Amino acid sequence: MAKRVSLFVTCVVDQIFPKVGLAMADVVERAGFDIDFPEAQTCCGQPAFNSGYREDARQVALHFLDVFAKSEHVIVPSGSCTSMITHHFAEMFANDAANLARVRALEARVHEFSRFLIEVAKVEDVGARLDDVVTYHDSCHALRELKIKEGPRRLLSRVRGLELREMDAAEECCGFGGTFSVKFAEVSGGMARSKIDSIVRTGARTVVSIDSSCLMQLQGALSRAGLPVRTMHLAEVLANR
Amino acid sequence: MSRELILDKVRRALGRTKGQPPPPLPPARICVPQTDVESRVACMLAKVEALAGKTFLAATLAEAAAYTASVVNGRDAVASNAPFLRECGVTALPGVRTGVTDRLALRELCATCAVGITSADYALADTGTLVMLSSGREARMISLLPPTHIAIVPRERILSGLDELLSVLPLPAEQTSSMVLITGPSRTADIEQILVRGVHGPGEIHVVVV
Amino acid sequence: MSVVFDEKINQTLGDERLQLAIYTATARLMDKRKHALEGDNLPEYQELRDCAKALKKHTIDNLDHYLEQLESNVVAHGGKVVFCSDAAEVSDFVLKLAKERGARLIVKSKSMTTEEIDLNERLEHHNLEAVETDLGEYILQLAHERPYHIVAPALHKTRYQVADLFEEKLGVPNETVIEKQTMIARRVLREKFLAADIGISGANFLIADSGAVVLVENEGNARLSTSAPKIHIAVAGIEKLIPRARDLAVFLKLLGRSATGQPLTVYTSFLSGPRRGEEIDGPGEFYLVLLDNGRTKLLQDPGKRESLYCIRCGACLNHCPVYRKIGGHSFPWVYSGPIGAIITPQFMGLNHEPGLPFASSLCGACAEVCPVKIDIPKILLELRADITAAKERSGEGGMERMAFRAFAWIMRHPKVYEMAGRVASLLAPASSSGWLRKVPAIMNIPPVRAWLSQRDLPAPPQQSFRQQWRTRVPRTDSR
Repeated sequence: MAKRVSLFVTCVVDQIFPKVGLAMADVVERAGFDIDFPEAQTCCGQPAFNSGYREDARQVALHFLDVFAKSEHVIVPSGSCTSMITHHFAEMFANDAANLARVRALEARVHEFSRFLIEVAKVEDVGARLDDVVTYHDSCHALRELKIKEGPRRLLSRVRGLELREMDAAEECCGFGGTFSVKFAEVSGGMARSKIDSIVRTGARTVVSIDSSCLMQLQGALSRAGLPVRTMHLAEVLANR
Repeated sequence: MSRELILDKVRRALGRTKGQPPPPLPPARICVPQTDVESRVACMLAKVEALAGKTFLAATLAEAAAYTASVVNGRDAVASNAPFLRECGVTALPGVRTGVTDRLALRELCATCAVGITSADYALADTGTLVMLSSGREARMISLLPPTHIAIVPRERILSGLDELLSVLPLPAEQTSSMVLITGPSRTADIEQILVRGVHGPGEIHVVVV
Repeated sequence: MSVVFDEKINQTLGDERLQLAIYTATARLMDKRKHALEGDNLPEYQELRDCAKALKKHTIDNLDHYLEQLESNVVAHGGKVVFCSDAAEVSDFVLKLAKERGARLIVKSKSMTTEEIDLNERLEHHNLEAVETDLGEYILQLAHERPYHIVAPALHKTRYQVADLFEEKLGVPNETVIEKQTMIARRVLREKFLAADIGISGANFLIADSGAVVLVENEGNARLSTSAPKIHIAVAGIEKLIPRARDLAVFLKLLGRSATGQPLTVYTSFLSGPRRGEEIDGPGEFYLVLLDNGRTKLLQDPGKRESLYCIRCGACLNHCPVYRKIGGHSFPWVYSGPIGAIITPQFMGLNHEPGLPFASSLCGACAEVCPVKIDIPKILLELRADITAAKERSGEGGMERMAFRAFAWIMRHPKVYEMAGRVASLLAPASSSGWLRKVPAIMNIPPVRAWLSQRDLPAPPQQSFRQQWRTRVPRTDSR
C-alpha cells in the first residue's frame, strides 16, 4: 500500500507556475507515493505576515491548518513557504494554546520538496535526465531557516547528463523578498542584477532553485536583460527524463 | 542626578527589584591548552612575523642586548625601568635613556626618541601578542610614541594565549590601571582598505625572546 | 517610506564609483572574516557564539545588578561614574568639567555612542575643540560627514577625495599616496594628542567585576587618547556590560574576527581608573559616563531586548545585500545596516523612518554572521507589525491595510481565489516567451508598475495548477 501525501503547491505555483506543481507530483508519484491535492488550499499567509499584518496572516494560517488537518505528509515546492509554516506559524499563535497545539501537530509533517525526497522517501536518484549545465541558487529561507544546502545538490548530482557549476554568490539573496521587491524596487532589482552577474560567470545555461518566487525574480531580470539563461525549479529538473 | 532614574527604569523594564540578586552566572569559558615552552616560543615568533613584526630568539641576555643595539643603531632610544632590561644590559647601550619617572618628562622623551624599549609582563603565543601592565617599571608611552618598539621577553613569560592570561590574571584591574595587549605594529586600512603601518603607534615592532 | 530615504537610496544606486567602493570594501571584510573562522582557525566558533549570547542575555536581563557592581568597582579604583539620560546631560557634564579644569582641546577616539549624541557638535558649540583621531573618523570630521560603516567609517572615500580634503582643510600639498596621507594625519594628530587636556573614548566592553573599560583598535589612537591627556572620559551605553574580565576570552575572540578577520586587533586596552601609585603615566582623572539615551526603552520588550546584545562588529553590514546596495548614508541615523534597521526605530521611535524595517529582503545573512546571534530578521518582522499597528491607530496606510484584509479574505475563500486567478489570466496579454515587459492599463497598478520598472513579469498561465490537476492522469510508470 503506497503512502499518501498531500501537495501544498503554494499560491505562486498554483497561479503562476503550475508546471512546477505538476512536475513535483510526477516525481513524488514515481517515488511510489499516492498524492492528493486538497482543493480548498490557497496560501500560507506569508505576504501578510512579512508586511506586518499579523492578524490577517493568522486568518490565512487557520485556513491552512483546517485544510491540511488530516494530511499525513504535506509537501511544498518552496523553502520559504515551508519555513513560514514550520517556523513562523508557531510565533503567530504563541498566545493561543489551542491553535499552537494544532500548529505543533502539523509542522513536523510539512516538508520542503527536496528534503521530503531525501529524508522521507529516502531517494536521491529519481531516474531523471537533463543534458545541461546548471548552477544552483540557495534560496535564503531554505538555506538559513531550514538549513537546506546539500540535499538539492545531491539530487542534482544524480541527474544524468547534468553538470552542476557552483556560482561564487550561491548563498547571496536574489533580492525578491516578497513586498520588498516592489516597495524597494530599485534595490531589489539591483540585487537581482548582482546575482545574475554571478550566474553568468559560471557559464551555466540554467539556474535551478527550490523556490519559484526566487526564480520569478531571477527569470524576470534575466528576461529584461535579454540573457540566454533559463530558470528551472528543482522539481522540473527531476521530472525530466 | 540621573543615576537613580536610570537604574529605576532598568529595574522596571526588567521586572526586578532593587538589590535583587541575579540568578547564577553561566561559568566562564576558559580553555587552556597544554603546550610546552618550545612550541610556545616557536608559535609566538611565527605569529609576530605573520603580522609583519620582526623577531629574534636570543640564547643569552648578551645576545638580546646586541640585537637591540643593532636595531637602535646609534639613534635616540628610551628604555623602560623593567629590571630585566638592566639585566640584559640594554639600558647601558649608547643612546639609550632610562630611569625616567616623571610623567611629562617621559612623554617628552618618548615623543622625540626613535626607539622605545620595553619588556613585557606576558606574551600570548597563539596570537603573537605582548601583554603590558602599566606600573613603575613599564610606562604606557614607551610602547606607543616612538616609531619603533622593541620588546624583550623572557621565554617563560610566554603563555599559550588569551585564555591562559585570563586564568593567571582573572582580575587585571587589581594590579594596574592599564593592561594593554599589543598584537603587531600599529595599522590602519581606513583609506580604500589599503593597509598602512605606523599610523599613531609604532609602525615597526621587534619581539626579542630570551 | 519617506521621500528623503528614497532619494538617498537612489543617489547611492546611481553612483557607480560609490557602488564599487561599497562592494569592494564589504567583500574584502567578508573574505577576511570567513578566513578567520574557517576550518581549524576557530573550531569552537559556534560554541563561542552560544556562550556570548548566553552571557549577554544574562547581563542584560540583570542589568541593574551589573551596573551597580561596575560602578562600585570603578569607584574602588579611583574613578567616577556619571549616569546620563541623554545627549544634553553628557555634553553638560563634559562642558562643566572642561570649564573647571580650564580645558580647551579634546582628543577623541572612535566611538559610535558619541556619534549617536552628536557630542562633537555640542562641544564645538561651546568653543571646545574636539578632534577625532581615528584616521577614518578624522577624515569624516574634516568632511562634516557621519560614519558610513560601524567599523570602516570612511569606506566610501577615495584617496583622491582625501587628497582634496587634506589640501583644503590642512593646507598641505595635494597628496594622493595613501601611505603619505596617513603620515600627514599622524603628524597633525600627534600634536593634538600631546596638547590635549581631555581624552574621550567610547567602550567596546564594560567589565563589571573589574570596573574596567575595554577598547579595541588598530591604530593606537585610543591608547593615545586615553593615556596622554590628564583626564580620560569614557562614554558608553549601559548595554556594553559583560560580567567578568574572564568573559573576554569569549568576546574578544569573536569581535576581531567578525569585524576584520583579526584574531585580536593590534591594541586591546583594559583600563580601570586613573593612574595609581607608582605608575608613571596615564590620566590623573578617570570618568565613566553611562548613557541611557533610549536604551531603557529597548529593555521593556523581551522579544526585542536582544537588540542590545550587539557588540558593533559590523559583520551584519558587510553581509547585507541591501546595505551593499544602499550604503551607510541612506540610513536615517548613525547606525546603519541590519543592526541600524532594528535599533533606529526602537531608539528614535517608529515614525523616525517607518520605511526602514521594510527595507530588507529578510534573507537572514545578518543573523547568520552575528557573533552574538541576534535574530535580526525576527526583530524586523516584529517592528513591521508594530509599524502597521501604529499606522492603523493613527488612521494611515488605509489602502495597504484594505489590500491585506482583502488578501486574507480571498485566501480563506478558495472559490473566490480561483476566480480571481482566472480573471488575471484573462486580462493578461499573450506572450510567446511567457514574460511581459508591459501590461494593459487595467493591470498597471502601482506594485505591478514597480515590478516592471526592474524586471519582466511572468504572464499568468492559461490554466492554474488546480484547473490542470482536475484532468491530470496519475503517473504509473515506475522509476
